[in-house]
Amino acid sequence: MNKVDLVSAAQLKTDVPEFGPGDTVAVHVKVIEGDKERIQVFQGVVISRRGSGINETFTVRKISDGIGVERIFPLHSPNVTKIERLRRGKVRRAKLFYLRGRSGKAARIEEKR
Amino acid sequence: MIGIIGRKLGMTRIFGERGKAIPVTVIEAGPCYVTQVKTEDTDGYNAVQLGFDETKEKRVTKPVLGHLKKAGVKPLRVLREFRDFELEGELQLGQEIRVDIFKEGDKVSVTGFTKGRGFAGVVKRHGFGGGPKTHGQSDRWRAPGSIGQSSFPSRVLKGLRMAGRMGNTRVTVKNLEVVKVDPENNLLVIKGAVPGAIKGIVTIRKQ
Repeated sequence: MNKVDLVSAAQLKTDVPEFGPGDTVAVHVKVIEGDKERIQVFQGVVISRRGSGINETFTVRKISDGIGVERIFPLHSPNVTKIERLRRGKVRRAKLFYLRGRSGKAARIEEKR
Repeated sequence: MIGIIGRKLGMTRIFGERGKAIPVTVIEAGPCYVTQVKTEDTDGYNAVQLGFDETKEKRVTKPVLGHLKKAGVKPLRVLREFRDFELEGELQLGQEIRVDIFKEGDKVSVTGFTKGRGFAGVVKRHGFGGGPKTHGQSDRWRAPGSIGQSSFPSRVLKGLRMAGRMGNTRVTVKNLEVVKVDPENNLLVIKGAVPGAIKGIVTIRKQ
């Protein structure tokens, strides 16, 4: 193993479910407010996944009150407690940035079976 | 003061307290060997010379090989001196120094040679803004602008920032925090960036 990867090896998650661009996921995020801790769910479409090893991140886009919201999560962050895949999407590219320019019907993603 | 010689391996990140991502540099530090002990009586000042990076015998010059033989160590590629080196107990010639002299939370200074950038222009070297790119300009977009006045003083002032060789200079970054020590793999994990390219030789010192 590469000696740089050795440093982060212990922090890599082993229970990451299979998911990719186009999938609808629910990300459970640990939110710390003062000394209180709670879990918040961010649900949306994965539009990008990049990086490798501990540096891997993924972007989730959702429409909240008519406004597009995107969040980038480090895949191996301890604050991302759980990732649930709710729906598989049929898409033809790895990065779905074209969704940013679309809304409503045009932003739909077909389900993969 | 304690110190060690190492090789920069690259950067990565570590998730710290509250899941915060900390950018870190991984350094393969040591094992180093004491190759010479300088004292006030013999050399006029107190210091320790450490050697690092075992190599083939034919890659070391004969004078250095003889010097290393005196300390009774294998052929080493890098020799560096540390002033006022203080470690518990008397230092012996040939003694092994490992990363475990550092511990998590230590504040250290890291010295290395920055990446050479060759003959760099004024925009890259000094952060000048360059000239306008439009409105009929040609050849002005990375130019330094005026470099002085006219008939008085009739010369360019000394020390004026101009293009020239950049990088490949010895730079020390102080007050970096040791995030992790891995004595098993001789790894030292330091928060933040460190001068030099990957595989570059750096020295790490703690006051």
